[in-house]
Amino acid sequence: MVENNDPEAAEASQEAAVVDVAVEGLSQSNLDILEVLKEVLKDFNPQPGALDDLPQVTIGPGDIQRACRLAKDDPRLGMSQLSLLACVDYLEYFQIVYILHSLDPDRTAVIKTDVPYETAALPSVTSVWRAADWYEREAHDLFGVHFEGHPDLSPLLLYEGFEGYPGRKEYPFNDYQEF
Amino acid sequence: MTDIPTGVVTRGEPVEMLLNMGPQHPSTHGVFRMVLWVDGEKVTDVEPHIGYLHRGSEKLCEGEQFHQVITLFDRMDYLANFNNELVYCAAVEKLMGLTVPERAEYVRVILCELNRIASHLLFVATMGLDAGAMTPSMICFRGRERVQSLFEAVSGARMMHNYFRIGGLKEDLPDNFEEMVGELMPLLQADIEEADKLLTFNEIFLARLKGVAAISVEDALDFGLTGPCLRACGVDYDLRKADPYSVYDRFEFNVPTGLDGDCWDRHFVRVQEMYESMKIVEQALVQMPKGNVTSSLGRRLPRPPKGEVYVRAENPRGEIGVYLVCDGTDKPYRLKVRPPSFCNLSAIKHLLKDTWIADTVVVLGSLDIVLGEVDR
Repeated sequence: MVENNDPEAAEASQEAAVVDVAVEGLSQSNLDILEVLKEVLKDFNPQPGALDDLPQVTIGPGDIQRACRLAKDDPRLGMSQLSLLACVDYLEYFQIVYILHSLDPDRTAVIKTDVPYETAALPSVTSVWRAADWYEREAHDLFGVHFEGHPDLSPLLLYEGFEGYPGRKEYPFNDYQEF
Repeated sequence: MTDIPTGVVTRGEPVEMLLNMGPQHPSTHGVFRMVLWVDGEKVTDVEPHIGYLHRGSEKLCEGEQFHQVITLFDRMDYLANFNNELVYCAAVEKLMGLTVPERAEYVRVILCELNRIASHLLFVATMGLDAGAMTPSMICFRGRERVQSLFEAVSGARMMHNYFRIGGLKEDLPDNFEEMVGELMPLLQADIEEADKLLTFNEIFLARLKGVAAISVEDALDFGLTGPCLRACGVDYDLRKADPYSVYDRFEFNVPTGLDGDCWDRHFVRVQEMYESMKIVEQALVQMPKGNVTSSLGRRLPRPPKGEVYVRAENPRGEIGVYLVCDGTDKPYRLKVRPPSFCNLSAIKHLLKDTWIADTVVVLGSLDIVLGEVDR
């Protein structure tokens, strides 16, 4: 093995190698977006990653509203649209996936956050994008995730008084409630 | 859902009256309910209620094998079945790293664009009806029927085709497909032109739609509006151009945009899009190669590796996205759809504020919603 005299360079290359594994499959332009995303959200300890070919960061649930606000307002990102807010039930925790989109230039980025199963609550992003309103109500209906600061979390897809959270893995398939 | 009040309900000073519209209402394009607070003829507040058609499609997808999910996608946006099948198949193909035979890609594009025309024809028909014009709807339905007859010849079904497969198609086109499309195109062109001529610049139609419920670009982006509703505001953004999927980068076509983002612009953009789709179909027919249309999977069941993927496509109603999470089994772990109508409809509260009661119907019609997709 060749000895490297410059410890800083060795450290940097090692770091690059670690990052490469996590973000394998990203194109150069998406790697650039990921760098900007990490830079903009540096206060929230972002964990870089890749959703297939899209740049992705994972942050803590408490920071999500401030992080989304920064992603929208920062001119380097300019994520003017919330394309999708998805909730995924991983049995021990819920993963909330925010897919952000900017039109010009055409860029997509992903912010993920995990919330615990028992106390599933995180700040609402309706103040950032009004598109989040119905998405959050839907996630609240189907998964029982509580979005703090949402103006009205009344049932959207289900009816008033429906018991249980049909989106969750634990909810049986062939079960129905009489209306 | 909140209880539906009976009798006359009023609130505030000056007195506002509650007016219930739907769910069984001919102009709500499905089962959609709006609770309007009105001050005289003016709408002051709207409470939209959706979910009457909620079937839990996303949850059902978790219980089906990958090739079975296609039928569920047919039933989400039931006016653009081929477009829905395409985006789902593209998502699984991307995750598996499958390449689709070139002929299959062209067939998909041709069918999707014809489906776009059929969907937009239905929009023009209902837009006319909402504004009080009966004749164009007959012409549009005649044109749509022609397209659906072709779909029937290709897939065996007028709707709910279940024709695309992961990695290709169910089977090759019928032998006389090109002749059938050749016969269809001039007739379809004539139908579109006839409806366009009767409706678009009609004085009454203009008076009913121009300047009604305009939305600014900022608000449109904020609400997540996509597709013709966004392009009506003047935003030149079409996924087929901006991020070409399938073989869309091989065709010459324009992206029509509006100016003010009002109801008339939303109508105008869709009419122009039909002409552009005709262009794409014509080019695709010329370029379409011969060859295989089935996937390299053969008759094996698709089984994508562990991973997740987000794929989007331009549907007639806007940008559809599929977020697919796989855990390595033969069923999706989680499948979340970004339904374009869902986002477009979420702006209804903003759009209807301070309009007239008589305009609510055209505003809702101009969004071109499909409740099967909104509620899933």
